[in-house]
Amino acid sequence: MKFTEEHEWLLAEDDIVIVGITKHAADALGELVFVELPEVGAEVTKDEDIVVIESVKAASDIMAPIDGEIVEVNEELLENPTLVNEDPLGKAWFFKMKPDNMADLDDLMDEAAYNALIA
Amino acid sequence: MSDLKQTPLYDLHLELDAKMVPFAGYEMPVQFPLGVMKEHNHTRDAAGLFDVSHMGQVIIRPKSGNIEDAALALESLIPMDVLALKEGRQRYGMLTNDQGGIRDDLMFANRGDHLYVVVNGACKDDDFAHMQAHISDSCELHMHDDRALLALQGPQAETALTRLIPEVADMAFMDVRTMPYKGVDLWISRSGYTGEDGYEISVPADQATGLARDLLAMDEVEMIGLGARDSLRLEGGLCLYGNDIDTQTTPIEAALTWAIQKARRSGGDREGGFPGADIILSQMADGVSRKRVGIAPEGRAPMRGGTPLYADSDSDTQIGTITSGGFGPTVGRPVAMGYVATDLSAKDTTLFAELRGKRLPVRIAALPFTPANFKR
Repeated sequence: MKFTEEHEWLLAEDDIVIVGITKHAADALGELVFVELPEVGAEVTKDEDIVVIESVKAASDIMAPIDGEIVEVNEELLENPTLVNEDPLGKAWFFKMKPDNMADLDDLMDEAAYNALIA
Repeated sequence: MSDLKQTPLYDLHLELDAKMVPFAGYEMPVQFPLGVMKEHNHTRDAAGLFDVSHMGQVIIRPKSGNIEDAALALESLIPMDVLALKEGRQRYGMLTNDQGGIRDDLMFANRGDHLYVVVNGACKDDDFAHMQAHISDSCELHMHDDRALLALQGPQAETALTRLIPEVADMAFMDVRTMPYKGVDLWISRSGYTGEDGYEISVPADQATGLARDLLAMDEVEMIGLGARDSLRLEGGLCLYGNDIDTQTTPIEAALTWAIQKARRSGGDREGGFPGADIILSQMADGVSRKRVGIAPEGRAPMRGGTPLYADSDSDTQIGTITSGGFGPTVGRPVAMGYVATDLSAKDTTLFAELRGKRLPVRIAALPFTPANFKR
Protein backbone atom coordinates (compact mmCIF):
# COMPACT_ATOMS: atom_id res chain seq x y z
CA MET A 1 0.00 0.00 0.00
CA LYS A 2 1.21 3.50 -0.90
CA PHE A 3 0.20 6.85 0.60
CA THR A 4 -0.03 10.50 -0.46
CA GLU A 5 0.46 13.65 1.59
CA GLU A 6 -3.25 14.25 0.99
CA HIS A 7 -3.98 11.20 3.18
CA GLU A 8 -5.04 8.87 0.38
CA TRP A 9 -4.01 5.24 0.17
CA LEU A 10 -3.36 3.39 -3.09
CA LEU A 11 -3.35 -0.36 -3.50
CA ALA A 12 -2.14 -1.83 -6.80
CA GLU A 13 -3.88 -4.96 -8.11
CA ASP A 14 -2.46 -6.01 -11.49
CA ASP A 15 -2.84 -2.93 -13.73
CA ILE A 16 -5.54 -1.33 -11.56
CA VAL A 17 -5.07 0.89 -8.48
CA ILE A 18 -7.67 1.10 -5.69
CA VAL A 19 -7.85 4.47 -3.90
CA GLY A 20 -9.29 5.44 -0.51
CA ILE A 21 -8.54 7.76 2.40
CA THR A 22 -6.57 6.84 5.50
CA LYS A 23 -7.99 6.24 8.96
CA HIS A 24 -6.15 9.37 10.08
CA ALA A 25 -8.04 11.42 7.48
CA ALA A 26 -11.39 9.76 8.23
CA ASP A 27 -10.97 10.40 11.96
CA ALA A 28 -10.08 14.05 11.34
CA LEU A 29 -13.12 14.59 9.11
CA GLY A 30 -15.62 13.08 11.51
CA GLU A 31 -18.78 11.28 10.44
CA LEU A 32 -19.26 11.63 6.69
CA VAL A 33 -22.75 12.55 5.49
CA PHE A 34 -22.21 12.89 1.74
CA VAL A 35 -19.93 11.51 -0.94
CA GLU A 36 -19.84 12.53 -4.61
CA LEU A 37 -17.83 10.26 -6.90
CA PRO A 38 -16.26 10.82 -10.34
CA GLU A 39 -17.75 9.38 -13.55
CA VAL A 40 -16.55 5.99 -14.63
CA GLY A 41 -14.45 6.49 -17.76
CA ALA A 42 -13.23 9.96 -16.73
CA GLU A 43 -9.61 10.75 -17.56
CA VAL A 44 -8.17 12.43 -14.48
CA THR A 45 -4.97 14.34 -13.83
CA LYS A 46 -2.88 14.21 -10.66
CA ASP A 47 -4.07 16.83 -8.09
CA GLU A 48 -7.40 17.35 -9.88
CA ASP A 49 -10.34 17.43 -7.40
CA ILE A 50 -12.45 14.41 -8.31
CA VAL A 51 -14.34 13.40 -5.15
CA VAL A 52 -16.39 15.60 -2.80
CA ILE A 53 -16.82 14.40 0.76
CA GLU A 54 -18.75 16.20 3.46
CA SER A 55 -18.94 15.74 7.18
CA VAL A 56 -21.46 17.54 9.39
CA LYS A 57 -18.80 20.22 9.76
CA ALA A 58 -17.46 20.91 6.29
CA ALA A 59 -16.88 19.88 2.69
CA SER A 60 -13.52 18.61 1.43
CA ASP A 61 -12.17 17.36 -1.87
CA ILE A 62 -10.17 14.31 -2.70
CA MET A 63 -7.67 14.75 -5.51
CA ALA A 64 -6.58 12.29 -8.16
CA PRO A 65 -3.34 10.86 -6.73
CA ILE A 66 -1.86 10.09 -10.17
CA ASP A 67 -2.85 10.45 -13.84
CA GLY A 68 -5.18 7.81 -15.21
CA GLU A 69 -8.70 6.66 -16.07
CA ILE A 70 -11.46 5.97 -13.53
CA VAL A 71 -12.62 2.40 -14.13
CA GLU A 72 -14.95 1.81 -11.17
CA VAL A 73 -16.46 3.81 -8.30
CA ASN A 74 -17.77 2.56 -4.95
CA GLU A 75 -21.47 3.38 -5.22
CA GLU A 76 -22.15 1.94 -1.76
CA LEU A 77 -20.60 5.14 -0.35
CA LEU A 78 -23.38 7.24 -1.93
CA GLU A 79 -25.97 5.46 0.21
CA ASN A 80 -23.79 4.89 3.23
CA PRO A 81 -21.15 7.63 3.62
CA THR A 82 -20.31 6.63 7.19
CA LEU A 83 -18.74 3.44 5.83
CA VAL A 84 -15.70 5.70 5.32
CA ASN A 85 -15.49 6.19 9.08
CA GLU A 86 -16.12 2.53 9.84
CA ASP A 87 -13.74 0.88 7.38
CA PRO A 88 -11.61 3.49 5.59
CA LEU A 89 -8.88 1.06 4.53
CA GLY A 90 -11.24 -1.69 3.42
CA LYS A 91 -14.85 -1.57 2.28
CA ALA A 92 -14.81 2.24 1.92
CA TRP A 93 -12.52 2.50 -1.11
CA PHE A 94 -13.58 5.45 -3.31
CA PHE A 95 -12.58 4.52 -6.85
CA LYS A 96 -10.41 2.24 -8.95
CA MET A 97 -8.25 3.72 -11.65
CA LYS A 98 -6.06 2.53 -14.46
CA PRO A 99 -2.87 4.60 -14.16
CA ASP A 100 -1.29 6.08 -17.27
CA ASN A 101 2.01 5.08 -15.77
CA MET A 102 2.16 2.45 -13.02
CA ALA A 103 5.63 3.72 -12.11
CA ASP A 104 3.98 6.91 -10.72
CA LEU A 105 3.25 4.88 -7.60
CA ASP A 106 6.96 4.62 -6.90
CA ASP A 107 7.03 8.35 -6.07
CA LEU A 108 4.51 7.90 -3.24
CA MET A 109 5.17 7.20 0.44
CA ASP A 110 5.29 3.75 1.94
CA GLU A 111 3.48 3.06 5.21
CA ALA A 112 6.47 3.90 7.40
CA ALA A 113 6.93 7.28 5.71
CA TYR A 114 3.22 8.03 5.99
CA ASN A 115 3.15 7.10 9.66
CA ALA A 116 6.09 9.45 10.20
CA LEU A 117 4.15 12.22 8.40
CA ILE A 118 1.13 11.96 10.69
CA ALA A 119 3.08 11.26 13.88
CA MET B 1 -3.79 32.36 18.04
CA SER B 2 -1.93 34.49 20.60
CA ASP B 3 -4.40 37.38 20.75
CA LEU B 4 -7.42 35.11 21.07
CA LYS B 5 -9.26 35.28 24.37
CA GLN B 6 -10.10 32.29 26.52
CA THR B 7 -13.32 31.59 28.38
CA PRO B 8 -13.30 30.53 32.05
CA LEU B 9 -13.85 26.94 30.84
CA TYR B 10 -10.76 26.91 28.62
CA ASP B 11 -8.74 24.51 30.78
CA LEU B 12 -11.72 22.18 31.10
CA HIS B 13 -12.08 22.08 27.30
CA LEU B 14 -8.42 21.06 26.96
CA GLU B 15 -8.83 18.48 29.70
CA LEU B 16 -11.82 17.05 27.81
CA ASP B 17 -9.66 16.88 24.66
CA ALA B 18 -11.69 19.43 22.67
CA LYS B 19 -10.64 20.51 19.22
CA MET B 20 -10.24 24.28 19.63
CA VAL B 21 -10.85 26.86 16.90
CA PRO B 22 -10.94 30.67 16.76
CA PHE B 23 -14.52 31.97 17.05
CA ALA B 24 -15.71 35.51 17.83
CA GLY B 25 -12.25 36.42 19.09
CA TYR B 26 -12.08 33.45 21.45
CA GLU B 27 -10.46 30.07 21.35
CA MET B 28 -13.56 27.86 21.45
CA PRO B 29 -14.28 24.12 21.31
CA VAL B 30 -15.71 23.12 17.91
CA GLN B 31 -16.05 19.50 18.95
CA PHE B 32 -15.18 17.03 21.67
CA PRO B 33 -14.04 13.42 21.17
CA LEU B 34 -17.69 12.33 20.80
CA GLY B 35 -17.80 14.13 17.42
CA VAL B 36 -20.30 16.57 15.91
CA MET B 37 -22.90 13.97 14.89
CA LYS B 38 -23.08 12.21 18.27
CA GLU B 39 -22.94 15.54 20.13
CA HIS B 40 -25.90 16.73 18.07
CA ASN B 41 -27.88 13.56 18.69
CA HIS B 42 -27.02 13.51 22.39
CA THR B 43 -28.44 17.02 22.76
CA ARG B 44 -31.68 16.01 21.03
CA ASP B 45 -31.95 12.79 23.05
CA ALA B 46 -30.61 13.73 26.49
CA ALA B 47 -28.78 16.92 27.49
CA GLY B 48 -25.84 18.84 26.06
CA LEU B 49 -23.74 21.39 27.91
CA PHE B 50 -22.39 24.31 25.87
CA ASP B 51 -19.85 26.97 26.79
CA VAL B 52 -21.22 30.22 25.37
CA SER B 53 -19.12 32.49 27.55
CA HIS B 54 -17.92 34.38 24.48
CA MET B 55 -21.32 36.08 24.39
CA GLY B 56 -21.75 39.50 25.96
CA GLN B 57 -23.76 39.84 29.18
CA VAL B 58 -24.84 43.44 29.66
CA ILE B 59 -26.71 44.95 32.59
CA ILE B 60 -28.75 48.09 31.93
CA ARG B 61 -29.63 49.82 35.19
CA PRO B 62 -31.89 52.92 35.20
CA LYS B 63 -30.29 55.88 36.96
CA SER B 64 -33.74 56.88 38.20
CA GLY B 65 -34.23 53.51 39.85
CA ASN B 66 -37.39 53.06 37.78
CA ILE B 67 -37.18 50.04 35.48
CA GLU B 68 -39.54 51.72 33.00
CA ASP B 69 -36.82 54.27 32.23
CA ALA B 70 -34.42 51.47 31.26
CA ALA B 71 -37.15 49.82 29.20
CA LEU B 72 -37.88 53.02 27.29
CA ALA B 73 -34.15 53.62 26.77
CA LEU B 74 -33.68 50.14 25.28
CA GLU B 75 -36.80 50.68 23.14
CA SER B 76 -34.94 53.56 21.46
CA LEU B 77 -32.49 50.97 20.06
CA ILE B 78 -34.67 47.89 19.37
CA PRO B 79 -38.12 47.50 17.78
CA MET B 80 -39.43 45.37 20.65
CA ASP B 81 -41.93 46.07 23.41
CA VAL B 82 -39.63 46.23 26.42
CA LEU B 83 -42.03 48.17 28.63
CA ALA B 84 -44.60 45.35 28.71
CA LEU B 85 -42.01 42.71 29.55
CA LYS B 86 -42.82 41.51 33.04
CA GLU B 87 -40.28 40.96 35.78
CA GLY B 88 -38.75 37.49 35.46
CA ARG B 89 -39.44 37.23 31.73
CA GLN B 90 -37.20 37.32 28.67
CA ARG B 91 -37.71 38.18 24.98
CA TYR B 92 -35.83 37.88 21.70
CA GLY B 93 -34.89 41.12 19.99
CA MET B 94 -32.47 42.88 17.71
CA LEU B 95 -30.53 46.11 17.53
CA THR B 96 -31.32 47.87 14.26
CA ASN B 97 -29.41 50.49 12.27
CA ASP B 98 -30.69 53.60 10.47
CA GLN B 99 -31.17 51.61 7.26
CA GLY B 100 -33.40 49.10 9.06
CA GLY B 101 -30.61 46.49 9.02
CA ILE B 102 -29.77 44.29 11.99
CA ARG B 103 -26.72 45.31 14.02
CA ASP B 104 -27.06 42.25 16.22
CA ASP B 105 -29.70 39.95 17.65
CA LEU B 106 -30.07 39.47 21.38
CA MET B 107 -32.11 38.27 24.33
CA PHE B 108 -33.30 40.77 26.92
CA ALA B 109 -34.76 40.09 30.34
CA ASN B 110 -36.50 42.14 33.01
CA ARG B 111 -34.74 41.33 36.28
CA GLY B 112 -36.77 43.64 38.51
CA ASP B 113 -34.57 46.68 38.99
CA HIS B 114 -32.54 46.28 35.79
CA LEU B 115 -32.51 44.76 32.32
CA TYR B 116 -30.15 41.93 31.40
CA VAL B 117 -29.16 41.65 27.75
CA VAL B 118 -27.18 38.84 26.08
CA VAL B 119 -25.57 39.72 22.75
CA ASN B 120 -23.36 37.86 20.27
CA GLY B 121 -19.67 37.54 21.10
CA ALA B 122 -18.44 38.91 17.78
CA CYS B 123 -20.61 42.05 18.17
CA LYS B 124 -20.44 42.64 21.90
CA ASP B 125 -17.87 45.43 21.99
CA ASP B 126 -19.64 47.35 19.20
CA ASP B 127 -23.02 46.72 20.81
CA PHE B 128 -21.82 47.97 24.16
CA ALA B 129 -20.31 51.13 22.62
CA HIS B 130 -23.54 51.70 20.68
CA MET B 131 -25.70 51.33 23.80
CA GLN B 132 -23.28 53.45 25.82
CA ALA B 133 -23.42 56.21 23.17
CA HIS B 134 -27.22 56.31 23.10
CA ILE B 135 -28.65 55.46 26.50
CA SER B 136 -25.96 56.27 29.08
CA ASP B 137 -27.74 59.51 30.00
CA SER B 138 -30.52 57.56 31.63
CA CYS B 139 -28.84 54.21 32.37
CA GLU B 140 -25.70 52.71 33.86
CA LEU B 141 -24.36 49.99 31.59
CA HIS B 142 -22.08 47.20 32.64
CA MET B 143 -20.62 44.36 30.58
CA HIS B 144 -20.13 41.32 32.80
CA ASP B 145 -16.77 39.97 31.64
CA ASP B 146 -16.55 38.49 35.13
CA ARG B 147 -19.26 35.91 34.37
CA ALA B 148 -19.32 32.80 32.21
CA LEU B 149 -22.41 31.61 30.33
CA LEU B 150 -23.35 27.95 30.04
CA ALA B 151 -26.25 26.47 28.11
CA LEU B 152 -27.78 23.15 29.13
CA GLN B 153 -30.04 21.95 26.32
CA GLY B 154 -32.13 18.92 25.58
CA PRO B 155 -35.14 16.93 26.85
CA GLN B 156 -33.25 15.85 29.99
CA ALA B 157 -31.88 19.32 30.80
CA GLU B 158 -34.60 19.78 33.43
CA THR B 159 -33.89 16.39 35.01
CA ALA B 160 -30.20 17.24 35.22
CA LEU B 161 -30.40 20.82 36.48
CA THR B 162 -33.13 20.12 39.05
CA ARG B 163 -30.71 17.76 40.82
CA LEU B 164 -28.64 20.83 41.62
CA ILE B 165 -31.42 23.44 41.83
CA PRO B 166 -34.91 21.89 42.26
CA GLU B 167 -36.73 25.22 41.72
CA VAL B 168 -35.80 25.43 38.02
CA ALA B 169 -38.44 22.78 37.27
CA ASP B 170 -41.07 25.47 37.86
CA MET B 171 -39.65 27.81 35.21
CA ALA B 172 -41.53 28.12 31.89
CA PHE B 173 -39.99 28.88 28.53
CA MET B 174 -38.44 32.39 28.61
CA ASP B 175 -38.66 32.71 32.39
CA VAL B 176 -35.60 34.12 34.15
CA ARG B 177 -34.65 33.59 37.80
CA THR B 178 -31.76 34.28 40.12
CA MET B 179 -30.86 31.12 41.99
CA PRO B 180 -28.24 30.65 44.70
CA TYR B 181 -25.88 27.72 44.16
CA LYS B 182 -22.83 26.92 46.30
CA GLY B 183 -22.74 30.44 47.66
CA VAL B 184 -23.03 32.35 44.38
CA ASP B 185 -25.94 33.71 42.36
CA LEU B 186 -26.74 31.99 39.08
CA TRP B 187 -28.78 33.95 36.56
CA ILE B 188 -30.87 31.30 34.85
CA SER B 189 -33.22 31.57 31.89
CA ARG B 190 -35.30 28.79 30.35
CA SER B 191 -34.18 29.29 26.78
CA GLY B 192 -31.51 28.34 24.30
CA TYR B 193 -30.36 28.03 20.71
CA THR B 194 -31.08 24.42 19.80
CA GLY B 195 -34.87 24.20 19.47
CA GLU B 196 -34.87 22.04 22.60
CA ASP B 197 -36.01 22.74 26.12
CA GLY B 198 -33.18 23.89 28.30
CA TYR B 199 -31.51 26.58 30.34
CA GLU B 200 -28.92 29.28 29.91
CA ILE B 201 -26.96 29.84 33.09
CA SER B 202 -24.83 32.87 33.89
CA VAL B 203 -22.29 32.01 36.56
CA PRO B 204 -19.38 33.93 38.14
CA ALA B 205 -16.25 33.08 36.13
CA ASP B 206 -14.42 31.42 39.01
CA GLN B 207 -17.37 29.07 39.69
CA ALA B 208 -18.03 28.14 36.06
CA THR B 209 -15.79 25.09 35.84
CA GLY B 210 -17.17 23.72 39.09
CA LEU B 211 -20.75 24.06 37.87
CA ALA B 212 -19.83 22.48 34.54
CA ARG B 213 -18.19 19.54 36.35
CA ASP B 214 -21.25 19.09 38.58
CA LEU B 215 -23.41 18.81 35.45
CA LEU B 216 -20.98 16.69 33.44
CA ALA B 217 -20.85 14.19 36.30
CA MET B 218 -24.43 13.23 35.42
CA ASP B 219 -25.13 10.44 32.93
CA GLU B 220 -27.49 12.63 30.90
CA VAL B 221 -24.99 15.40 30.25
CA GLU B 222 -22.20 15.60 27.65
CA MET B 223 -20.08 18.59 26.69
CA ILE B 224 -21.00 19.84 23.20
CA GLY B 225 -18.97 21.99 20.80
CA LEU B 226 -19.80 24.75 18.34
CA GLY B 227 -20.11 22.30 15.44
CA ALA B 228 -23.19 20.64 16.89
CA ARG B 229 -24.46 23.99 18.17
CA ASP B 230 -24.59 25.11 14.53
CA SER B 231 -26.37 22.01 13.19
CA LEU B 232 -28.84 22.11 16.10
CA ARG B 233 -29.77 25.77 15.60
CA LEU B 234 -30.00 25.25 11.84
CA GLU B 235 -32.52 22.41 12.22
CA GLY B 236 -34.26 24.64 14.76
CA GLY B 237 -34.62 27.35 12.09
CA LEU B 238 -32.72 29.85 14.24
CA CYS B 239 -30.65 32.61 12.65
CA LEU B 240 -26.89 32.84 13.02
CA TYR B 241 -25.85 36.48 13.13
CA GLY B 242 -23.34 37.22 10.37
CA ASN B 243 -24.75 34.43 8.16
CA ASP B 244 -28.54 34.66 8.09
CA ILE B 245 -28.98 38.19 9.40
CA ASP B 246 -26.64 41.17 9.30
CA THR B 247 -26.57 44.93 8.75
CA GLN B 248 -27.83 44.38 5.17
CA THR B 249 -30.97 42.44 6.17
CA THR B 250 -34.01 43.93 7.90
CA PRO B 251 -36.12 42.07 10.50
CA ILE B 252 -38.95 41.94 7.93
CA GLU B 253 -36.79 40.39 5.22
CA ALA B 254 -35.43 38.00 7.84
CA ALA B 255 -38.98 36.81 8.66
CA LEU B 256 -38.54 38.02 12.24
CA THR B 257 -41.63 40.25 12.13
CA TRP B 258 -43.12 38.14 14.95
CA ALA B 259 -40.47 39.61 17.28
CA ILE B 260 -41.81 43.16 16.76
CA GLN B 261 -44.71 43.51 19.17
CA LYS B 262 -47.86 45.48 18.42
CA ALA B 263 -46.90 48.47 20.59
CA ARG B 264 -43.98 49.29 18.29
CA ARG B 265 -45.81 48.73 14.99
CA SER B 266 -47.78 51.32 13.01
CA GLY B 267 -50.77 52.35 15.11
CA GLY B 268 -49.22 50.99 18.30
CA ASP B 269 -48.89 52.90 21.58
CA ARG B 270 -45.18 53.53 21.00
CA GLU B 271 -45.03 53.22 17.22
CA GLY B 272 -41.54 53.49 15.70
CA GLY B 273 -38.89 55.33 17.65
CA PHE B 274 -36.08 52.85 16.94
CA PRO B 275 -33.28 53.12 14.34
CA GLY B 276 -34.57 52.44 10.82
CA ALA B 277 -38.22 52.57 11.95
CA ASP B 278 -39.38 54.36 8.79
CA ILE B 279 -37.95 51.59 6.59
CA ILE B 280 -39.01 48.70 8.81
CA LEU B 281 -42.58 49.94 9.31
CA SER B 282 -43.03 50.69 5.61
CA GLN B 283 -41.75 47.19 4.78
CA MET B 284 -44.34 45.78 7.19
CA ALA B 285 -47.05 47.70 5.35
CA ASP B 286 -45.85 47.29 1.75
CA GLY B 287 -43.98 43.99 1.83
CA VAL B 288 -40.40 43.15 0.91
CA SER B 289 -38.82 41.90 -2.30
CA ARG B 290 -36.93 39.06 -0.63
CA LYS B 291 -37.55 36.85 2.40
CA ARG B 292 -35.66 34.42 4.58
CA VAL B 293 -37.04 30.89 4.15
CA GLY B 294 -36.20 27.30 4.98
CA ILE B 295 -34.65 25.39 2.10
CA ALA B 296 -34.66 21.61 1.79
CA PRO B 297 -32.22 20.25 -0.81
CA GLU B 298 -33.94 17.31 -2.53
CA GLY B 299 -30.79 15.23 -2.96
CA ARG B 300 -28.18 14.19 -0.46
CA ALA B 301 -25.68 16.96 -1.15
CA PRO B 302 -25.40 19.49 1.70
CA MET B 303 -25.54 23.11 0.51
CA ARG B 304 -23.58 25.65 2.51
CA GLY B 305 -23.85 29.42 2.86
CA GLY B 306 -23.13 31.29 -0.38
CA THR B 307 -24.75 28.72 -2.69
CA PRO B 308 -26.72 30.65 -5.38
CA LEU B 309 -30.39 29.86 -6.12
CA TYR B 310 -32.24 30.02 -9.45
CA ALA B 311 -35.91 29.71 -10.46
CA ASP B 312 -35.22 26.87 -12.89
CA SER B 313 -32.49 24.59 -14.17
CA ASP B 314 -31.13 26.88 -16.89
CA SER B 315 -32.01 30.49 -15.97
CA ASP B 316 -29.10 32.94 -15.71
CA THR B 317 -30.89 35.19 -13.22
CA GLN B 318 -30.06 34.45 -9.61
CA ILE B 319 -33.17 34.79 -7.40
CA GLY B 320 -31.67 33.99 -4.03
CA THR B 321 -28.78 32.71 -1.94
CA ILE B 322 -28.38 30.10 0.77
CA THR B 323 -27.04 31.76 3.94
CA SER B 324 -26.60 28.67 6.16
CA GLY B 325 -26.76 25.02 5.34
CA GLY B 326 -25.41 21.60 6.07
CA PHE B 327 -26.46 18.11 7.02
CA GLY B 328 -29.19 17.87 9.63
CA PRO B 329 -28.40 14.82 11.75
CA THR B 330 -31.88 14.64 13.32
CA VAL B 331 -33.79 14.90 10.04
CA GLY B 332 -31.16 12.73 8.31
CA ARG B 333 -30.85 14.91 5.24
CA PRO B 334 -29.42 18.28 4.21
CA VAL B 335 -31.12 21.41 5.55
CA ALA B 336 -30.55 25.07 4.75
CA MET B 337 -31.97 28.55 4.99
CA GLY B 338 -31.50 31.58 2.84
CA TYR B 339 -33.10 34.52 1.07
CA VAL B 340 -35.25 34.20 -2.04
CA ALA B 341 -37.40 36.57 -4.10
CA THR B 342 -40.73 36.95 -2.28
CA ASP B 343 -42.78 35.75 -5.27
CA LEU B 344 -40.84 32.46 -5.12
CA SER B 345 -40.96 32.08 -1.34
CA ALA B 346 -44.15 30.02 -0.95
CA LYS B 347 -43.75 26.70 0.84
CA ASP B 348 -43.04 23.75 -1.49
CA THR B 349 -41.86 25.98 -4.36
CA THR B 350 -39.12 24.14 -6.25
CA LEU B 351 -35.96 26.13 -6.99
CA PHE B 352 -32.51 25.14 -8.18
CA ALA B 353 -29.21 25.58 -6.38
CA GLU B 354 -25.96 25.70 -8.30
CA LEU B 355 -23.45 23.43 -6.64
CA ARG B 356 -20.09 22.62 -8.22
CA GLY B 357 -21.40 23.65 -11.63
CA LYS B 358 -24.60 21.59 -11.41
CA ARG B 359 -28.18 22.75 -10.90
CA LEU B 360 -29.79 20.68 -8.15
CA PRO B 361 -33.44 20.94 -7.05
CA VAL B 362 -34.35 22.37 -3.63
CA ARG B 363 -37.73 22.97 -2.06
CA ILE B 364 -38.91 25.89 0.08
CA ALA B 365 -39.62 24.36 3.49
CA ALA B 366 -41.28 25.44 6.71
CA LEU B 367 -38.99 26.34 9.60
CA PRO B 368 -38.07 24.78 11.93
CA PHE B 369 -37.02 21.48 10.36
CA THR B 370 -37.32 19.78 13.75
CA PRO B 371 -40.28 20.58 16.03
CA ALA B 372 -39.44 22.90 18.93
CA ASN B 373 -39.61 21.16 22.32
CA PHE B 374 -40.04 24.16 24.55
CA LYS B 375 -41.67 24.03 27.98
CA ARG B 376 -44.59 26.38 27.55
